[in-house]
Amino acid sequence: MSEKGMSFREWLDERLPVTKFFEDQLLKYYAPKNFNFLYFFGSLALLVLVNQIVTGIVLAMHYKPSAELAFDSVEYIMRDVDWGWLLRYLHSTGASLFFVVIYMHMFRAIFYGSFKKPRELLWLFGMVIFVLLMAEAFMGYLLPWGQMSYWGAQVIISLFGAIPVIGEDLATWIRGDYVIADATLNRFFALHVIAVPLAILGLVVLHLAALRTTGSNNPDGIEIKKNRDLVGIPKDGIPFHPYYTVKDLYVAGLFLTIFAWIVFYSPEMGGLFLEHPNFDPADPMKTPEHIQPVWYFTPFYSILRAIPSKLGGVVAMGASIVVLFLLPWLDRCPVKSIRYRSPLFKIALTFFVVSFLGLGVLGTKPVTETYTLMARIFSVIYFAFFLLLPVFSSVEITKPVPERLTEPVIPLAKREGFQWRLIEDGIRALEHSPFLAGIKQLLSKLLGKNSGI
Amino acid sequence: MKKALTILLLCSISVVASAGSGIKLEHADADVFDELSVIRGAGYFANYCLGCHGLKQIRYSRIGKDLKMNETQLRELIQFGDARIHETIQAAMTPGSAISAFGVSPPDLSLVVRSRGADWVYSYLKGFYDDPKRPFGVNNIVAPNVAMPNVLWELQGRQEPEFEAVDGKQEIVGLKAATHGRMKPREFDGAINDLVNFLAYVGEPSVLHRVPLGKYVIAFLLFLTYLFYRLKKEYWKDID
Repeated sequence: MSEKGMSFREWLDERLPVTKFFEDQLLKYYAPKNFNFLYFFGSLALLVLVNQIVTGIVLAMHYKPSAELAFDSVEYIMRDVDWGWLLRYLHSTGASLFFVVIYMHMFRAIFYGSFKKPRELLWLFGMVIFVLLMAEAFMGYLLPWGQMSYWGAQVIISLFGAIPVIGEDLATWIRGDYVIADATLNRFFALHVIAVPLAILGLVVLHLAALRTTGSNNPDGIEIKKNRDLVGIPKDGIPFHPYYTVKDLYVAGLFLTIFAWIVFYSPEMGGLFLEHPNFDPADPMKTPEHIQPVWYFTPFYSILRAIPSKLGGVVAMGASIVVLFLLPWLDRCPVKSIRYRSPLFKIALTFFVVSFLGLGVLGTKPVTETYTLMARIFSVIYFAFFLLLPVFSSVEITKPVPERLTEPVIPLAKREGFQWRLIEDGIRALEHSPFLAGIKQLLSKLLGKNSGI
Repeated sequence: MKKALTILLLCSISVVASAGSGIKLEHADADVFDELSVIRGAGYFANYCLGCHGLKQIRYSRIGKDLKMNETQLRELIQFGDARIHETIQAAMTPGSAISAFGVSPPDLSLVVRSRGADWVYSYLKGFYDDPKRPFGVNNIVAPNVAMPNVLWELQGRQEPEFEAVDGKQEIVGLKAATHGRMKPREFDGAINDLVNFLAYVGEPSVLHRVPLGKYVIAFLLFLTYLFYRLKKEYWKDID
């Protein structure tokens, strides 16, 4: 570096801890070296957050938050604003992918026990971000002022009416009117654009600060800080920068490719990301046949619908989110990672994931007797997971946890259990099939002999 | 490649659940990249729809630009009278007179293909049949008791319902031609398809920009990802 450059850096460092911050956060922050693909979703969430803020700012320059003009102003952005369609699709696709990323991020935390001591606060901050994100998405969805925006908000806000005594007044206070109206749109715009994003940003700082304090968990669920070398650097740690910055860049590239594919070829995602009825402007006099929230709310919406009483449904839906907050105290097993936990936990987690996905699918369907029954079964499993967790996790028979980190992904041959043997046999059968041999031949022809395939 | 992209696109616009009646929708062969079809559709729209239905989200000039037509050609295709080229497309009939004629205000059709789907619009336009109980003497199999008269009957000819007994009740299961129209059935299907293509284009004019651009963006991102991958490999080679 030139002398002039050095002196400027020194000048700056005397006034602002730039170098120190960079060193603390990236160069001297040691992360476990065996992160696998489940560990990318944190940085991807940050990437999507930046995308939402940048595209959101430009969209807000053209959008009109009034019941009279909102719908048309979105179409104006789609047609008359230069690259407006791209901004809008980046924002709408980003919203859905945000939830994909966050759900994966949360699943990772449960899978490897990242919420356990000493990372309880980290988990709680994350959960608050999740709740704020849901509020942000819900209020953002009203802004295009389409039929589903309007009626979705109508249904969800009316839920507050189920609260005894103050319910109806509370709902009116939130809406600023007796129905969803111009006043609601205007305040949702303010909250969506200023209040909630500010709160999310603040909590992201806290979430990261907590992460830097405890250090990252890893697929083995071992504290790498317990094994330090002579200078005090964790033996199984590598500096976040450059190792994980370059790895995250590579994964961000992959993610953005998928993102772009959706934006350019399927921005509606068959009605999942942009619902078809939302291309009809909001009409307070005409209720759509099926009112359903966007896909990322459907698991919770299913729980709401599964309970016959309105108040009961609201309580159950609220409880389904509250139990997630309590996870660090519900899970009593000292072993963090699923790798060393009992088959019982693995089965319970599988049931939980299946019921969550099942509830998600059911939430997009109209109510029928069969679907309601299924939603009830899945809801029971969902809550049973959390209620039984303190019972079986305290008596779980776990495997011995190693001293040092192992592989990012355990090779198939090392895994125990008949399902892995089945997969192994399947892969072996596939390897010997003429179809795969043909593909291999074709690939080696295309890529040349030294491709190593 | 282009074909594959078009198929992808079609999947994204045609999979819209039908609202209302349980009638199975006919499949529209929607392709907004078929420029001649979209132009023909614009002509049909101007002749048969624009009297009552507007397209308030799109400007004449945008259609001219996207379909590569100058103002004279555009005025010939869509006679828009006194309206200026940069104005949005408004129906000839005022909402007030529309309500006194039909009882409802005819909806703006800018986004009808996006909200209902190409198949719905296609089936709806082909779904009118004689029903003396209705004010205009016609009903619609896709949208029962709709207020709209069958403006395309001259082209299609009149249709009669076919009944079948279901659970002891007579229910309409299909339609059959009662008289011949000016067009042969295949010709008429083509005309409706043109109209659907035009409305699909109007629903999202940026699609003409979006889909061709996608492959370049994705190619660039894949290249970038490859570079990042090499960079990662380089850095990580000394980590065991």
